[in-house]
Amino acid sequence: MSDYRIQGATGDWEVVIGLEVHAQVISNAKLFSGASTEFGAEPNAQVSLVDAAMPGMLPTINGECVRQAVRTGLALGAQINKYSVFDRKNYFYADLPQGYQISQFKHPIVGPGIVTLDLDGGRTKKVGVERIHLEQDAGKSMHDQHPQFTYVDLNRSGVALMEIVSDPDMRSPEEAGAYLTKLRTILRYIGSCDGNMEQGSMRADVNVSVRKVGDPLGTRCEIKNVNSIRFVRQAIEIEASRQVDIIEAGGTIDQETRLFDPVKGETRSMRSKEEAHDYRYFPDPDLLPLEFDDAFIDAARESLPELPDDKKARFINEYGLNDYNASVLVAEKDQSDYFVSLVSALATATKKSESDVAVKASNWLTGDLFGALNKANKSIDETPVSAEQGAELLALVEDGTISGRIAKDVFEIMFDTGKGAASIVEEKGLKQVSDTGEIEKIIDEVIAANPNQLEQYRGGKDKLIGFFVGQVMKATGGKANPGMVNQLLKPKLDG
Amino acid sequence: MTDLTKLKIAEARDMLAKGELTSRELTEAHIGAVDAMKSLNAYIVTTPDIALAQADAADAQIKAGNQKAMTGIPIGIKDLFATKGIHTQACSKILDGFKPEYESTVTQNLWDDGAVMLGKLNMDEFAMGSSNETSFYGPVKNPWRATGSNSDFVPGGSSGGSVASVAGFAAMGATASDTGGSIRQPAAFTGTFGIKPTYGRCSRYGMVAFASSLDQAGTITRDVRDGAIMLESISGFDPKDSTSVDIAVPNFEAALTGDIRGMKIGIPREYRLDGMPAEIEELWQKGIAWMKDAGAEIVDISLPHTKYALPTYYIVAPAEASSNLARYDGVKYGHRNIGDGGGLDDMYYATRGEGFGDEVKRRIMIGTYVLSAGYYDAYYLKAQKVRQLIADDFKQAFGQVDAILTPTAPSAAFAFGEKSDDPLAMYLNDVFTVPASLAGLPGSSVPAGLSADGLPLGLQVLGKAWDEETVLKVSGVIEQAAAFTAQPQEWWR
Repeated sequence: MSDYRIQGATGDWEVVIGLEVHAQVISNAKLFSGASTEFGAEPNAQVSLVDAAMPGMLPTINGECVRQAVRTGLALGAQINKYSVFDRKNYFYADLPQGYQISQFKHPIVGPGIVTLDLDGGRTKKVGVERIHLEQDAGKSMHDQHPQFTYVDLNRSGVALMEIVSDPDMRSPEEAGAYLTKLRTILRYIGSCDGNMEQGSMRADVNVSVRKVGDPLGTRCEIKNVNSIRFVRQAIEIEASRQVDIIEAGGTIDQETRLFDPVKGETRSMRSKEEAHDYRYFPDPDLLPLEFDDAFIDAARESLPELPDDKKARFINEYGLNDYNASVLVAEKDQSDYFVSLVSALATATKKSESDVAVKASNWLTGDLFGALNKANKSIDETPVSAEQGAELLALVEDGTISGRIAKDVFEIMFDTGKGAASIVEEKGLKQVSDTGEIEKIIDEVIAANPNQLEQYRGGKDKLIGFFVGQVMKATGGKANPGMVNQLLKPKLDG
Repeated sequence: MTDLTKLKIAEARDMLAKGELTSRELTEAHIGAVDAMKSLNAYIVTTPDIALAQADAADAQIKAGNQKAMTGIPIGIKDLFATKGIHTQACSKILDGFKPEYESTVTQNLWDDGAVMLGKLNMDEFAMGSSNETSFYGPVKNPWRATGSNSDFVPGGSSGGSVASVAGFAAMGATASDTGGSIRQPAAFTGTFGIKPTYGRCSRYGMVAFASSLDQAGTITRDVRDGAIMLESISGFDPKDSTSVDIAVPNFEAALTGDIRGMKIGIPREYRLDGMPAEIEELWQKGIAWMKDAGAEIVDISLPHTKYALPTYYIVAPAEASSNLARYDGVKYGHRNIGDGGGLDDMYYATRGEGFGDEVKRRIMIGTYVLSAGYYDAYYLKAQKVRQLIADDFKQAFGQVDAILTPTAPSAAFAFGEKSDDPLAMYLNDVFTVPASLAGLPGSSVPAGLSADGLPLGLQVLGKAWDEETVLKVSGVIEQAAAFTAQPQEWWR
């Protein structure tokens, strides 16, 4: 249960949120034509005769888009409908060449499923997915190219989208954000959508209503086309407050479509229910109902990788990772792939089992590498330190060649130069000093140089042992084996 | 020298094969005939240069021993079919100046088979009409006139240019399309043979859409054999049309055995309309007698939902049309008027307001209405259910019979303006053809006699899905028995 509440003059209000996510399907060609779907081409460079709605042109289904929708449904544990129907959604707009969008209305390809949200403090929450249907994207109207005319780019026209419709199960901006994050993670894992909200390949329509706790659902407003997770959170906060203000002032909420303006920090009306289009849905007579068999579904299922929730459970159970580290690692497939390679390489290098080295690997990865990547504003696939190189570094610590402290310096050099750990250690002479005689000699020098501290130590301030350790490490440039220093120092101090 | 324009496709084919004729000669004769019939307004665009080039290529192919089904045969193309680089407007102003960068599958099949293109043929705007009076390019005149009369008659529609060109000896055959009767009714009005195959037999790729679930290409020829030859050429599965069906195309000409002994021919009692002219009933009875004489068995059948076919059609077809025609918006191609006010809606109003004719607007409005929220269930959904019942009627009937025989149209050709102010009277013309269209079944119209006024009348043969062979076979027997040799006086020459 979310305890997120809008504090109004008349008491606390609960926010009810449902999301319709438009996710661009990863496929080489469009949903009903052979035109390319690559992002960033010159305007109208990727438009087939079908996409431009030339007279007599007919849509033919791209099987890859169907497969991707089925894979997505399976990844959400959803019902797969072996029979679905494409409908026409009719409305006029300059960037909608056919005058209708081919979509699925009564019979979507995917039925009910579940997304499990990962919330703060290891809490989880299940959010229902009502359906996923396949539909065509529209083109893009460009209003800034000419003083009087609008230009139209049809590159996006006909690109396959999955519309993933949630149940109104979310109760806070945080939950809505967590839903989008998790959905995006899953889509990226299975490779059905790149989840790139900046490029518009994932967009959300946000349905928001408010009610007093325990009351029936209020009237909702739909905020169209919000294009970042942060904006989704903001839009919900702002819209919920707006609705509370209206209701508390004695007004009622009109069911309408609204736009979020992140600059002004407001939502404003796009069109009211009365102005809403009558889409005149009817089955597209150019297309047969979409039907496939169990073998098609089975093949799609077999093509799925391990999903994030399963992977997280495995990292916790098999590797002993804590919930936080496991969550961080599975959030992006590239990260968890890196982690798995790192653990495997480290186990090989140290001749230990994977479960023995996994925690150390996860700590280094989530702490050192992610920290450095963050600072350098790089993602894991741009890392200058490969998993094999990371394992080499950790193995040097593990076998005592270098200390953990030195390892951090070595890592910095690795990150900057891309060089291997062993060669850096060699080059810079950073090998840990584990020679008993040499360490004893330095200890003797340090003790001799600090008679006052020795006296105090012997007078009962045994915490001063840390001071002597520090001095010894300093004298060796940090290269002395800390375990050996501790072991040798104490008897000498104790006299 | 015989008049080469009077030859049938099969005859010309055989002469070409024997070297008794060149396609160049045949094509030149037809180009002359096309010019001579300008006053009929059958052709809206002529392509003599293309025709001669194709004819020369055809002659070379024949010389090289590569003669195909249509090699060297001059034909006309209904303006509904996209022809690359050539005027394709479905006879609408809204497609003003449109020349596609693609070729329809049907015409491509014909060119692949060696056919020669004389030009683009007039039609009702977007194939919406039964008299060819709704064309942006004006009406087509029927080559036939009533005995002793100089007044003009409609050729039927929507394939008015197709039938007029074939009946008037200005094409050996023509492509046509049938949504509710647009091949069969005009064929009946002009003494030509028209056949619409099973829905899915021909690709709709590159055919300007009217009502996608009904539109089907077909042919107009001067006899049944020519119809079989040309239909085979345009048929076949096309992966570019999801509703075309991957089923082998038989040798249609081989079906013309003339032998229908033992075949069961259904006579549907619901096609006997009140107020139907006696001569139509008499023609039907004649047809029944010919069937019996040929050794077929006549079976009285019932198609109980027939009376709902027209209302059903005039919901389903306009509904699809209202959506299919939404793409003509002035944005991408064809006619554009940006209108006053500078807004997108202003452009839509101005462009569509003057780009579409009245009949098209009427059907767009009907279609928009029946799909609207609150009316969808009562109209569109109910119509779909009735459509299924009509299809079931046929399915049941074809459990008992091999083919069905009816009149093609409830009257002979009528005069211009006679029905154009009364849409319902006009729609009634399709009363016998619409049911089979709704069921997606193959059907033909065979010239079977003349009205008292000397105008042609046709009999309709309907068959089971994918059984065009039986339709052709029965049509051939009617043709034989009717011995229809009348020809229009070439008053336009």
